[in-house]
Amino acid sequence: MSDPVLEIKHLVKRFGDQTVLKDITLTVEEGEVIVVVGPSGCGKSTLLRCINALEEIQGGEIRLKGAEVSKTSSNLAKIRQRIGMVFQSYELFPHLSVLDNIILAPTKVQKRSKEEAKEEALALLSRVGLREKADSFPRQLSGGQKQRVAIVRALCMHPEILLFDEVTAALDPEMVREVLDVILGLADQGKTMIIVTHEMQFARAVADRVIFLEEGVIKEEGSPDQFFEEPKTERAKEFLKTFTFERKRSRV
Amino acid sequence: MNWDFIMKYLPLYRKAAVLTVKIGTAGILLSVVIGLVCVAVQYFKIPVIREITTAYIEISRNTPLLIQLFFIYYGLPKIGIRTNAAACGVAGLAFLGGSYMAEAFRSGIDAVETIQMESAYSLGLNRWQTLRYVVFPQALSISMPAFMANIIFLLKETSVFSAISLMDLMFTAKDLIGLYYQTTESLFLLVVFYLLILLPVSLVGSLVERRLRYAGFGT
Amino acid sequence: MPDLGLEVLLKGKNMARILGGLGVALRISLLSVMISIFAGILMGMLMTWKNPISRALTRCYLEVVRIMPQMVLLFLVYFGTTRIFGWNLSGELSAVIVFSFWGTAEMGDLVRGALISIPVHQYESAAALGMTSGQIYRYIVLPQTVRRLIPLSINLITRMIKTTSLVLMIGVVEVLKVAQQIIEANRMNSPNAAFGVYLTVFLLYFIACWPISMLAGALEKRWR
Repeated sequence: MSDPVLEIKHLVKRFGDQTVLKDITLTVEEGEVIVVVGPSGCGKSTLLRCINALEEIQGGEIRLKGAEVSKTSSNLAKIRQRIGMVFQSYELFPHLSVLDNIILAPTKVQKRSKEEAKEEALALLSRVGLREKADSFPRQLSGGQKQRVAIVRALCMHPEILLFDEVTAALDPEMVREVLDVILGLADQGKTMIIVTHEMQFARAVADRVIFLEEGVIKEEGSPDQFFEEPKTERAKEFLKTFTFERKRSRV
Repeated sequence: MNWDFIMKYLPLYRKAAVLTVKIGTAGILLSVVIGLVCVAVQYFKIPVIREITTAYIEISRNTPLLIQLFFIYYGLPKIGIRTNAAACGVAGLAFLGGSYMAEAFRSGIDAVETIQMESAYSLGLNRWQTLRYVVFPQALSISMPAFMANIIFLLKETSVFSAISLMDLMFTAKDLIGLYYQTTESLFLLVVFYLLILLPVSLVGSLVERRLRYAGFGT
Repeated sequence: MPDLGLEVLLKGKNMARILGGLGVALRISLLSVMISIFAGILMGMLMTWKNPISRALTRCYLEVVRIMPQMVLLFLVYFGTTRIFGWNLSGELSAVIVFSFWGTAEMGDLVRGALISIPVHQYESAAALGMTSGQIYRYIVLPQTVRRLIPLSINLITRMIKTTSLVLMIGVVEVLKVAQQIIEANRMNSPNAAFGVYLTVFLLYFIACWPISMLAGALEKRWR
């Protein structure tokens, strides 16, 4: 078996005197899809931001194939190129066309040729059904389309791991599907991913492993079937109940 | 209205207007440079120089151009720093305008949300690339209205140049009023020439503003 | 070491005279600011009217103020009125007229901006609660407008103070004029006084404006 893609050991993150992540240890293998669930404010998003070194950490370490990920490291930009991140609010660059959004980093950061980057960008856009939007500007796209472009933008950098931070939370319900389908497709291709989401059915379908995070601690961890059918901890049961309760009501 | 008088002194006003525009343009260009340097220093948080630019901005914004010019033109030569009036005019305008331009650019940069930068960082762009390709283009269009307003403001401020005996429009008007008492005609020409200089700039300004609003980014 | 002006300033009543000059400048600006704020509030309300004539007129007024340098306006009022109407306005009065004319437009534009920045929903939700339009103004619109306006009008004071330096050019005896006189009177015994005297004037203006700017900035931050 090859080395793990990502290793997190005893990670501690504090904001002031509030500890948001307490002693998180997590290993992600090549091709694995990890879904992180938990109540809001449990530190899910902060965990992703730490992995991308957008936050300074106060303890422990994060390693990407052996290389340390830290906000103070000198080759931070190099490391971040190898980690793709997609945000809840898309964060496309409003002054650039869809195509320019995608090829900005490949050409300026990885110094790839414009033609080659363009070719790949267009191929990826076709795969998510947005080939004809290449010359549009972000403001002309729907939320779901923007989010698919944001995913393509991350993919085009050939990251070794992809982080998804509640990427459907800001979308209208009818657009959630098109984005989740794209992510499911990536899972089938064997991409390594960490996904933070509130879509439980999707979580179950896409995950190889589910992590239940609460109050900055990994309370439970297991296969999706095991976690959703028979959660081990009381806290996880209660958390899952909030979803089933809603479903029962809607059936009446 | 004495049209003969107007025709006779038209060339004099034209010359004065050219001087105003020349010094104004030079001063404004220089103030854009100073403004850019100031925001760059603050963006990259360069120690010490950052404090100096902050102090400069406060001093420049809280003193009138006329006083700045008096100090540069009459005060500085006493400690050996001597230049001609035109250079003083440019220097004074740039000293004043630099801080206004810096503030305009800074408010543009502030308006670009942090998460936009984070998303650039997460693509592997470094601080400089993020500024150059992501923050600056957005900041520029956000600060455009303030930038245009500053240009108009600085061109208007050139009207105090006569105080350091530059033969600009005000100087010419005051001179003619003093010499010939043709007050109405002199003032008429003064207003017309300032309109000729400032009206086009103002029109361009509102055009730019309308276009920006129309093409408004929105995410 | 040659005297760079400090001795001259400390001699006799020179410092007091300079401060007196600053007093003249402050008097002109405070008077103009007060007129501008009151007239500006009315002007701002007028600007929000939908009437096309009032719109065109206020628009023209704003444009004139936006384009014409205050110096030109000062010349027009100071020299122009004498010639055309035969009035003989003092420099100080001309200054107050011009600065109020200018300040009213600036203030009016600020008031207009603050008024239209209140979202329609605010009016609607207040109306939905059964408030009369008087109550809506009193409890909803005014408090929000005033918060936005106070820092901006404080800023107007500093701009007014800085602009008063122009009145030198129409012969009002203010700081700069006094400074010139002092330098002139001492040109034999301390020829280099211009440096220190003008530096002092520079600092005086800074001391007058800076705290006010800081206050405006702090209020703006707090009430954002």
